[in-house]
Amino acid sequence: MFHRESGYFKTTYMADMALYPLPIARWTVGVLVAVFLVMPPLVTGLTGGIAAEYYISIVNIIMIAVVGALGLNILVGYTGQISIGHAAFMSVGAYTAANLAVKLDLPFWVTLPAGGIMAAAIGVVVGIPSLRIKGLYLAIATLAAQLIIEWIINHVPWISGGSQASIEVPRPTIFGMELRTQRELYYFLLFFAVIAIIATLNIVRSRIGRAFIAIRDQDIAAEIIGIDIFRYKLIAFAISSFYAGVTGVLYTYYLGIANYENFLITTSIDYLAMIIIGGLGSVLGSIFGAIFVTLLPIVIRLFMESFGTLLFTTAELNNIIPAVRLSAFGLLIIVFLVLEPEGLNRLWRNVRSYFRVWPFSY
Amino acid sequence: MEFALLLIGNGVLIGLMYSLIALGFVLVYKATDAINFAQGEFVMLAALISAAVIVMAELPFWVAVIVALAGMIAFSFGLERIVLRPLLGRPIVAVIMATIGLAAILRGAGPFIFGVETKSFSLPVGDEPIFLGPFILQPVQVTGAVVSILFLAAFSWFFLKSRMGIAMRAVADNQQVASAMGINVERYFALAWAMAGIVSALGGIVWGSMLGVDVHVSLVGLKVFPVVILGGLDSVIGAVVGGLIVGIVENLAAGYLDPLVGGGTKDFAPYVLMIIALMVRPYGIFGKRKIERV
Repeated sequence: MFHRESGYFKTTYMADMALYPLPIARWTVGVLVAVFLVMPPLVTGLTGGIAAEYYISIVNIIMIAVVGALGLNILVGYTGQISIGHAAFMSVGAYTAANLAVKLDLPFWVTLPAGGIMAAAIGVVVGIPSLRIKGLYLAIATLAAQLIIEWIINHVPWISGGSQASIEVPRPTIFGMELRTQRELYYFLLFFAVIAIIATLNIVRSRIGRAFIAIRDQDIAAEIIGIDIFRYKLIAFAISSFYAGVTGVLYTYYLGIANYENFLITTSIDYLAMIIIGGLGSVLGSIFGAIFVTLLPIVIRLFMESFGTLLFTTAELNNIIPAVRLSAFGLLIIVFLVLEPEGLNRLWRNVRSYFRVWPFSY
Repeated sequence: MEFALLLIGNGVLIGLMYSLIALGFVLVYKATDAINFAQGEFVMLAALISAAVIVMAELPFWVAVIVALAGMIAFSFGLERIVLRPLLGRPIVAVIMATIGLAAILRGAGPFIFGVETKSFSLPVGDEPIFLGPFILQPVQVTGAVVSILFLAAFSWFFLKSRMGIAMRAVADNQQVASAMGINVERYFALAWAMAGIVSALGGIVWGSMLGVDVHVSLVGLKVFPVVILGGLDSVIGAVVGGLIVGIVENLAAGYLDPLVGGGTKDFAPYVLMIIALMVRPYGIFGKRKIERV
């Protein structure tokens, strides 16, 4: 946010490592939390029941995406290990939770961590080759993991629940209250999104996070200064796929159904796009990226439905919109990579540092 | 036994056709260290162009070949210039994501420009299967295999004997030293991409005539990774051997395992094989082992 930091001097290590370096940061976070808390009633008041349900559902998807993007950013942005198979870890979490919820009738506060832990375990297995192979090879290995996990879920009825490889899950209940509407789910998801954000902020400034960054910047040098690379790479895979698993569980509860079609390779690419567009190695960037990539198809559809009718008929539009969406998506990835490699986070920092000394030039 | 031979025969032909596509990937990786995750989409684009020439413009087959070749060369030149050159020296995830983005653009824009319906055209070779001992061979596949062999031989000669090929190997080996020796590195990067374009154009015509042309042709690109990992990322001969292995294994798996597990092993088996290869020999059968220095 736009704050002046003159007059604040860090004289202790505690102050240097503080989560909020300036008092105003605490205020900003407080205001943001307040805004998010009053959003559903506010939106309902402004737009009325059904429209509000739709808007809140978009915010809900964004919050789920934030969790996944943070997890992937820990692996790719902070540790420098590539994963093109993250959606597969999400599906592991989703099916674990769905099976536990349906077969053993467990509540969400058991299935959610269980889904995360299961995904973390699978993630570690996939991460084991990362000791020997890196870069492109690791990318292809995770791609293979994506395809193999997809295939297994699809072909083992015991996991996938048989018909259409989908399992219906009961709605989550808190204190005996069943969360049915989007507005009720909103607080449920907000809680986990906030926890994910705080946890990530704390992980990356801890010993583990610093080890991750050292491995990313120069792995051999990191090993020489005493970082156990193999262990920390596996930890990165475990944490990252735990996030992915939780994302899968949240998405399953959000939809009310676990289906592998929501976790295909295209989803993996969506999440990679989020962290690249948002900014690699940045918590704020992951959030920006999740918002951007989630809103992009919605904006394109709105745009095409309002202006596309000037050029095409409605029937044609139904074919054109997915094509335009895919192309715009790819184009944005390339534009960001070529022109602004540090992503939206960098743009935001530029704006901020401009206003920091405004109205003076420096 | 006859069933196995039949499967192997088909596997060899399909495998050689995979090699052709994998070759595009290998050429680019060998010379520029860039990874092309859009190889399947390159093939799709070439198939769409040739289908447009043959089906929509109703021109003869050889015109389609020329147009597809010219189009793909121009396309890959432009791509190298606009997208990949600015990414030189950036982390590997940047190049991977750029080509994934490119793949998305092509998959979106291809049907948008050329229409979503499946177009089919056939090679001028007839479609009577050839019976050869225990083998039953489709002429399309035989043609594809022959084209692959010709090109693989031509590229092997190019890299071993020709002046340009030797310069390209020098670029691949060490860019700085190569440019100190007076080799224009950027020109050879462009050349490598153009060669990938040529290979993709032929791959597109062959695969397009076999599968019918729509977005799904790009799925062939998913087979490229097992092929190149098995053979070695920077080896032309590796692409051939890897292609043959993948072609044979997936056919055998489809023939023997599909009835047991209910289908889909064709897409699954090559990746299992690839995982094993990554664990045991990550640089592939013919790949060059990289020594790392700090």
